[in-house]
Amino acid sequence: MTDSHEIEPAHGGHHGELVPDEPIANPGMPEHLPRPTDVDPKKEKRAELQVAAFFGLSAICTVLFAVAYFTLDIGSNWHTFGGVGASTVALGATLGLSMLFIGIAIIHWARKLMGDHEIVEMRHPAYSEEVDRVRALDDLKIGFEETGIARRPLIRNSALGALALLGVPAVVLLRDLGTLPGDALEHTIWGQGGRKIKIIEDGKEVEVEVPLMRIARDAIGTPILASDLEIGDLVNAQPEVLFNPGRYYVEPADVHGHELQTHKSKASLILLRMEPRDLKPGKGREDWDVNGIVAYSKICTHVGCPISLNERTTHHLLCPCHQSTFDLADSGRVVFGPAGRPLPQLPIAVDEQGYLVAQSDFTEPVGPSYWERDYERDRFAEDD
Amino acid sequence: MRLLNRSAGRLSRHRRGPIAGLVVLLLGLLLTGGLYAAFAPAQADSAASQEELVKEGRELFLVGCAFCHGQNGEGVLTQSGDQYGPALTDVGAASVDFQVGTGRMPMSTPGNQAQRKEVVYSDAEIAALSAYVASLGTGPAIPDAEMYDPATLSDEEYDEYVTRGGQIFLANCTACHNFEGSGGAMPRGGFAPKIRGVDPKHIYEAMLTGPQSMDTFSDGNIPPDDKKAIIAYLDTLNEQPSYGGLTLGGLGPVSEGLIAWLVGMGGLVAFAVWIAAQTTRTSKKKDGADA
Repeated sequence: MTDSHEIEPAHGGHHGELVPDEPIANPGMPEHLPRPTDVDPKKEKRAELQVAAFFGLSAICTVLFAVAYFTLDIGSNWHTFGGVGASTVALGATLGLSMLFIGIAIIHWARKLMGDHEIVEMRHPAYSEEVDRVRALDDLKIGFEETGIARRPLIRNSALGALALLGVPAVVLLRDLGTLPGDALEHTIWGQGGRKIKIIEDGKEVEVEVPLMRIARDAIGTPILASDLEIGDLVNAQPEVLFNPGRYYVEPADVHGHELQTHKSKASLILLRMEPRDLKPGKGREDWDVNGIVAYSKICTHVGCPISLNERTTHHLLCPCHQSTFDLADSGRVVFGPAGRPLPQLPIAVDEQGYLVAQSDFTEPVGPSYWERDYERDRFAEDD
Repeated sequence: MRLLNRSAGRLSRHRRGPIAGLVVLLLGLLLTGGLYAAFAPAQADSAASQEELVKEGRELFLVGCAFCHGQNGEGVLTQSGDQYGPALTDVGAASVDFQVGTGRMPMSTPGNQAQRKEVVYSDAEIAALSAYVASLGTGPAIPDAEMYDPATLSDEEYDEYVTRGGQIFLANCTACHNFEGSGGAMPRGGFAPKIRGVDPKHIYEAMLTGPQSMDTFSDGNIPPDDKKAIIAYLDTLNEQPSYGGLTLGGLGPVSEGLIAWLVGMGGLVAFAVWIAAQTTRTSKKKDGADA
């Protein structure tokens, strides 16, 4: 602060008076004016009737509520009043009005009829009286001495031990939150394609190569021929194993119920076909597209919302949760919003029958960041 | 006569049924379609009439469309190289039928997004324009009613289509068009329009052609039968009761919160201010009171 806020003497001169303590005289409380109901018995009587009438109206509405509840069918008459159900309107209006009328009656009562005098309540100090403070401390000290805790270390130590051990159940119960994720966040079910497994066939152990994972239409479940897609097509896709586990030597139970949702939350895919000349493949990603078809994780790298709000004209994919925007023509680069990393791209190819397949799993963990994430492996983390 | 009365009575029993509106709509469509087919000049009967249609379409095109799209539908660029009107050489008849049939084209003012408005051209003129633009190159044709109209399905088929269509809708459409087809906001002031209550043909054509910023959902992306399932699902959305009262646009918590805060809380605040603003004082003195 500067000196400019110093209070100047009221009358300029150094020899003049200083500002008086109260430059403006305290006008005191204004004159108490009575209310019409205080001076006019007729008005008082009228206000009394008004208050009673509001309480009466409230009672009527409450009764109507009960009547409406028992006479109007809930749910089956949903379009009686301009698209809103008779029961909905009647129940809401009667209950709302009955409470509103009670409120109005009480306000009216208080303002017109209840006691009418101004009260000044002075502020209390926040701390207790000195006597009370001393007495409270004394009581505590006496109590402490009577326990004899200082003289009986056996009791003190066993009590402390018992109390400390009570923390164990709380920690043990944390185990029910589930197993540690391990490296589950780094892999998706796309990696189930193309692996080599050993199976028992005719009593002999043979090694088979699982076919590369086909990309299937979400909800429809059919694999996608690369030649079927037109420029401008956006496909919401899933790994085919979720619809046809047998082809990939995966147990149906592993892609069912809870497991299915877990897999979908990591493996969901956005497939986009654009003019090949619009595409700017990232370094090392030159062969990750098929004739202008690119595949990206559908899970936002910010907090993991599924995204498919794409603008065909700009190839910008917008996340509806926090407006992170990714450029799908440019390795899923973040062009706007809070996302810290580009959308993971899935390298794709076509198999012998011309269906779109994943060359491998995602090369980095999909979805939002987490503690154990190995950022060294994020190919584009150092860019921009 | 008795038979007629009885069947009329049987029909009449269903007049408030869930599909009555649909049936009436279908009958109306069939009637107008049938009458149109019967009395309108045949379109694809001969190569000559097709040629005439294209010629008629070209004349309409030169007057109404060529200013932005070029005299041969080749598109017009601005000086900075941006697109003023896109090329129409490979958009197909379905695209024209959608854009002109929903009033989006001709645009009233150039801008980010053409909006649905009153249709300018008659059905015959739209058919001529579509035929002309289709003749410029490739592109999807206008679909037949049986490809998109859920009213052509039997009751059992309909239920199956609605279930399947709902799943496909949730996977592919809700991101932009909202979970009940109410539309939503898009980047840079754009928006995905409401798609409830839209003519099934136009929904089908929109999926097929990807108007403006919308992605394409070609037949290789979502097969025709699944498109029909989506339309059947949207059809049930139109009929869906709103047990919870007013839907407020079906936009979710945004519109509900807005109404709750502005109307609900605002009303309470205004009421409280009104109460406090009323004076309860009088300058009259009580009879017989001291001064």
